Amino acid sequence: ATGAYPKRVKVVEVGPRDGLQNEKNVVPTPVKINLINMLSETGLQVIEATSFVSPKWVPQMADHTEVMQGINKLPGISYPVLTPNLKGFQTAVAAGAKEVSIFGAASELFTQKNINCSIEESLERFEAVMKAAREASIPVRGYVSCVLGCPYEGKISAAKVAEVSKKMYSMGCYEISLGDTIGVGTPGSMKEMLTVVMKEVPVGALAVHCHDTYGQALANILVALQMGVSVVDASVAGLGGCPYAQGASGNVATEDLVYMLNGLGIHTGVDLQKLMDTGTFICNALNRKTNSKVSQASCRL
Amino acid sequence: QEPQASGLPEYIKIVEVGPRDGLQNEKVIVPTDIKIELINQLSKTGLPAIEVTSFVSSKWVPQMADHEEVMRGIERHPGVQYPVLTPNLQGFHSAIAAGATEVSVFGAASESFSKMNINCSIEESIERFEEVTKSARNMNIPVRGYVSCALGCPYEGNVVPDKVAEVSKRLYSMGCYEISLGDTIGVGTPGSMKKMLEAVMKEIPLSALAVHCHDTYGQALANILTAIQMGVAVVDSSVAGLGGCPYAKGATGNVATEDVIYMLSGLGINTGVNLCAVMEAGNFICTALNKKTNSKVAQASFSTGTI
Repeated sequence: ATGAYPKRVKVVEVGPRDGLQNEKNVVPTPVKINLINMLSETGLQVIEATSFVSPKWVPQMADHTEVMQGINKLPGISYPVLTPNLKGFQTAVAAGAKEVSIFGAASELFTQKNINCSIEESLERFEAVMKAAREASIPVRGYVSCVLGCPYEGKISAAKVAEVSKKMYSMGCYEISLGDTIGVGTPGSMKEMLTVVMKEVPVGALAVHCHDTYGQALANILVALQMGVSVVDASVAGLGGCPYAQGASGNVATEDLVYMLNGLGIHTGVDLQKLMDTGTFICNALNRKTNSKVSQASCRL
Repeated sequence: QEPQASGLPEYIKIVEVGPRDGLQNEKVIVPTDIKIELINQLSKTGLPAIEVTSFVSSKWVPQMADHEEVMRGIERHPGVQYPVLTPNLQGFHSAIAAGATEVSVFGAASESFSKMNINCSIEESIERFEEVTKSARNMNIPVRGYVSCALGCPYEGNVVPDKVAEVSKRLYSMGCYEISLGDTIGVGTPGSMKKMLEAVMKEIPLSALAVHCHDTYGQALANILTAIQMGVAVVDSSVAGLGGCPYAKGATGNVATEDVIYMLSGLGINTGVNLCAVMEAGNFICTALNKKTNSKVAQASFSTGTI
């Protein structure tokens, strides 16, 4: 049965990082900066700005320092950045970052293919970041990828997700964002996974990061909300395809999420029209159509 | 039905509306043999009900002008229902003559929509449908009732849940065995779906309710989930998400059958439908229409080569 929903949901906007990172066209720095500035005007409280990773691996994020230094940082808004290791962390802080994120995974094979080490080794690397962040009073958000399935291993056990989440939470991450990286999850697997994870990590410290590759994102998010999760990641215009399924979609669109939350009477603080305008801007700049159905429907050709 | 431990239905009946609702809202006129082939392919997927065509004047709906040929041309698989739309008594008689064994009538919860769509008030439309249900009763032909604009109207905007309940009750009382509640412009959300169903469930038994969600605002699966959490066990959908929205140019319409099945399977709910077979039928019709599928499951499956 439908339980009570949270009264407020924090929407974490990942378009400028996760979204753009998975877009084919490299976006000029001024466009990235403008995108983030426009997002800052929508009421969003958290906007993931960039990734301090080597440009050799992620050319799209090569301008991380310029972006970090170029954006308007509005009071009350957090601009977390990805920091895969201590070096990235130090560069990020030097560039003005006040919050960072680290990326773990619930799949050994995915970790091997993605960052060339085991889960255990990746957590050891992060320990160095956690220590430095603690000393600098910088909050760290932890991501766990492949929580509902892995492109290499297939099925992922909820117990494994709980184990990795617990480790990252114990290390000091203030929030754990559980990512359905390839979008294969359904309300069934979402519920099962959260039930197990919530035994190890308090629900107030959990977020969901759903991909819409199989069209399941909003239904999965709905179930997460019903279980008490009140932080949801999304990407403006649904930016970011799926690197594991050519041509398929990736991130859930922030507009579509906010539309649903508005309909549920859940407070987000986000202005949907301004969000749609921002989506229109970046889609024009990328010369692509929006992945947001709300945006598509509201557009009178 | 006994609810599972999750509180969800164990079995959900999927009503496939692609060949009628889907094709009716596609720009390209589809040749009769393609329509027949589509329906024949769908008949092999395990779908229990496939809405075949509409016995409406070809002047209004050119796509459905070949209704008789389609009805006579399709293979009729045992255990599969092949309902057709019959907006009035004349359409009903033509449908029966062409071999139909189940029909549907379309009401609306909005006066403006009723006037713009079928040129009469809700009350007048109910009177017309009563003629159909009366004849249908005499011939033992089941009638399904649809209520459009259940969560919003392109002309009136907000639609009051009690109005939906009132129209649903009229259709049910006149003999419709099932009432399909349609979010015609896809504006509904889990919030409005819940409120509407609560009002309707006061008047109609749960087992006689179906939801017909459009995905124009991307809300369909979340809305369907909400409905099934409340016990609704019949869901309409359209293969490949055929059928755009006539009220929002370029926007999508029907929810894709593939995406619905994927979700229900993941919930451990039985539908009796073979997802791969539906994807193949979807691939067939999209190729014939020279368009991309609207099903994300199909898109992802073709991309990863799992089909």
